[in-house]
Amino acid sequence: METYYNPEDLDKFSTMGEEAPELWDLYMAYYGKVFAEGALTAREKAIVALAVAAAVQCPYCIDSYTQSCLEKGVTEEQMTEAIHVANAIRGGAALVHGVQMKNVVKQLEM
Amino acid sequence: MPATDEAAQAVMDSFPPFFERTDESTRRTRDGLDVLQVNVGRLCNLACRHCHMDAGPNRTEVMSRDTLQACLDVASGRRFETLDVTGGAPEMNPDFEWFVREAVARGLHVIVRSNLVVMLDEPYRHVPEVLAELGATVFASLPHYTAKPVEKQRGAHTFDGVIAMLQKLNALGYGRAEGASEDGLVLNLVFNPSGAFLPPDQDALEKEYRQKLAEDYGIVFDHVFAIANNPLGRFGNLLHKTGNLKRYMGRLVDAFNPDTVPAMMCRSQLSVGWDGVLYDCDFNQAAGLPCKNGLTVAELAADPTLPLQRDIAFGNHCYACTAGAGSS
Repeated sequence: METYYNPEDLDKFSTMGEEAPELWDLYMAYYGKVFAEGALTAREKAIVALAVAAAVQCPYCIDSYTQSCLEKGVTEEQMTEAIHVANAIRGGAALVHGVQMKNVVKQLEM
Repeated sequence: MPATDEAAQAVMDSFPPFFERTDESTRRTRDGLDVLQVNVGRLCNLACRHCHMDAGPNRTEVMSRDTLQACLDVASGRRFETLDVTGGAPEMNPDFEWFVREAVARGLHVIVRSNLVVMLDEPYRHVPEVLAELGATVFASLPHYTAKPVEKQRGAHTFDGVIAMLQKLNALGYGRAEGASEDGLVLNLVFNPSGAFLPPDQDALEKEYRQKLAEDYGIVFDHVFAIANNPLGRFGNLLHKTGNLKRYMGRLVDAFNPDTVPAMMCRSQLSVGWDGVLYDCDFNQAAGLPCKNGLTVAELAADPTLPLQRDIAFGNHCYACTAGAGSS
């Protein structure tokens, strides 16, 4: 079955550098620095990345950062909590936009 | 006895040969070998999912007294420093206690690799005291400091038993130096991942284990060793059956770290199978890949002129020892 998302495509990520090598190299250098140990540990960053991956619904990123979390000793329980954080913020973001709805209602009903 | 299915082996062989990652200097063992590793049998009280040896309660292969004697003769006669006793559950070899006592009497430093829960069973309950009396170093498997991941890998009701046995070993004096000294009774823990992924950073893991085990159970230990699962035997077949083998091998190959090659354990040890056949390591035993010299430990014991130094037999399972920070 044809699908827009293929697991094999993750291995082709670097082909995005073929027409723009300078941009690709800059991006990869930046990416590497972002995920290195810093004020946050590499483990904490992997958990953040997984939560963001779920929020932006990127199957490639979810695949990569679930593996990365496992390889940094993050348990399934911890990963599940991280996804709930993403979900709470996504849901909260939708809900807080309800205030805009209320503002419009207030404006139009006079 | 290659326990890995042919189809699984074919997947492993589809990756670039590990041999090409070595050079003249690393294809041979060092002059002097430090460790004689002895697999005293495939018999085990557990049947862990990650076990590359395919060990379990139904296995019948157990090292004979004559072969154990030959191991002792080689270990002391050829000036090995350490006798590394493994299995299966080594405690289940009927001559285990005799073997360890003889080794210590000959001045060897003895390591016993244990799943710990076997020592809760009646015939083996006295073993912790014996190990403490002899000063043997204990390497205990503990895939996590919480129950769920441990029991997923090792079977139901295994976690409480391991915790109880770690507490007993602590009471006997094991692990008290907490890694600060190798003089006392040394208790090391072995972590291996619960699936098709690499282990975490060893130092970070050790810190986490030290904190959690002390807080939750009052347990102390010396070091944690993080070991990558080897895609052989029961684990290799499980990877293949679940469609994970190609991805896992890819992960191991991608994570190849050339700096780990000179320190691979095969370069400074000799490994003896339950039937006396010589191997470069325990993983080669599981792969059915004997030493290139084709010798048995009895032949080595009988002829002191036979050289220990040898060319190493490599396979693509060796990528598991060289991924990331290395697993030897």
